[in-house]
Amino acid sequence: MPILEVQDLSVSFVQYTKGLRQKKVQAITSLDITMHEGEILAVVGSSGSGKSLLAHAILGILPSNARVSGTINYSGDELTPVRQASLRGREIALVPQSVNYLDPLMSVGAQVRTSVHNDNPVEVQKKIFERYHLDPDLDKKYPFQLSGGMARRTLVSMAMVSGAKLIIADEPTPGLDSIVIKEALSNFRELADHGCAVMMITHDLGSALQIADKIAIFYAGTTVEVAPVKDFFGRGEKLRHPYTKALWRALPQNEFVPIPGSQPLPNTLPSGCLFEPRCETATRECSLKQPKIQEIRGGMVRCIHAT
Amino acid sequence: MQLETRNIGFRYPKGPWVFQGVDLVIKPGEIVGLIGPSGCGKSTLGRILAGYEIPNEGNIIIQDSLQSVSHSSSVQLVFQHPEKAVNPRWKMEDILNEGWHPDDKLLSSLGIEKEWLHRWPHELSGGELQRFCIARSLGPNTRFLIADEMTTMLDAITQAQIMHAVLKIAQKRELGMLIISHEWHLIQRLCNRVVQWDPKKLNFYETGFTKAYEQFA
Repeated sequence: MPILEVQDLSVSFVQYTKGLRQKKVQAITSLDITMHEGEILAVVGSSGSGKSLLAHAILGILPSNARVSGTINYSGDELTPVRQASLRGREIALVPQSVNYLDPLMSVGAQVRTSVHNDNPVEVQKKIFERYHLDPDLDKKYPFQLSGGMARRTLVSMAMVSGAKLIIADEPTPGLDSIVIKEALSNFRELADHGCAVMMITHDLGSALQIADKIAIFYAGTTVEVAPVKDFFGRGEKLRHPYTKALWRALPQNEFVPIPGSQPLPNTLPSGCLFEPRCETATRECSLKQPKIQEIRGGMVRCIHAT
Repeated sequence: MQLETRNIGFRYPKGPWVFQGVDLVIKPGEIVGLIGPSGCGKSTLGRILAGYEIPNEGNIIIQDSLQSVSHSSSVQLVFQHPEKAVNPRWKMEDILNEGWHPDDKLLSSLGIEKEWLHRWPHELSGGELQRFCIARSLGPNTRFLIADEMTTMLDAITQAQIMHAVLKIAQKRELGMLIISHEWHLIQRLCNRVVQWDPKKLNFYETGFTKAYEQFA
């Protein structure tokens, strides 16, 4: 049984334009992902593709003007707002994107201790600091006294000590050097090997491929493909969606050749397939309606021409 | 005309030396990669080259004349987070034209669309904003461009789009570039030479690609 199942999730925001007039901005159109225990799923997409919103929707921490539809199931049951409130920070933990999520007025050690639920907080905190090469003196330091790398390790250690079964890491790697990245990635691998499910949200396909088991590619608020890591090789012949292929081929270690154009903004979404305006293989049919996600060769894809 | 540092050292007030004795040369039309672990002073060196910081010792030499303080217009710096480098209360048109007036040809070569000029910074994506930051840095006096993690926050397609555009311009105008990045594959793909951090000597030194790869990637 999957630990997390997201089906046809959509998120829109109601915004006031002028006076009492409202407009609806469609941020996520249709997201589908499935996660199992012991598995690392990397969610890859450019900024504005809906990656972080997915994390916030799972945790139930979207702002109050958000309208959500679709289903999110956790351990087989629907994830209602009440369940979200009781599970977050305990069974579902977030490693936030920005180090600004640390409380600036609380010492780092104390913050880590608040995340410990089933054990002696002082001892657990000491142990985890040792494991992450955080100096024991850091315990009494405040976030502004930490380097970027240390702050990030603090955020990761908070998720580790919470004993969560599902860990959502939002962009854990940018700006870190390769040694620290390797360390952070191996921490996630270790968590997964101990039975956790880890969702790693990133815009960096290269680092996602280093640790993940499966890659979910997001584009303009839709899941366009879910593919096992082994399908990423050569010129991307085994990949299912034209956007995934383009992303793979644009990596500096591959061909470094970009496709033209950019991802559409939420208020200017095309009526058919969202990738159609940039797609080389698009036909007239593609512009008529949005394709449904379908299973092909052990992966998922949202393209009517996929084989 | 080349950009050269002679024996540069930098420390924050009352702090230990960040680095000392840095000698670096960037020739026109040359692309140099700068690598090292986080916190080693790569960005600080970039800021010194662009005139945002003044070194405690040593000189920066451009155009065969000693200039240790003001040389800002010929060396330009592009930062990692474009959204932090633009005024959120200005329209894109004003941000773009603050320093000089980029012509239509430059804008189209960077893939900037006319329609974006009337938007606010928050109405553009990171990749779109970064194109503006690059355009405004490429004024007529610019001879050297420092790219400090310029495409780190962007997806691979946008990164390739922007880098191809910048390289084309740099080649045409014979700009010298320093690329500061954690991404080894990008450095390897773009750079003619690579300069690496030496933790023992607190210094940067030139190294071969193979050697840098062994230690770094």
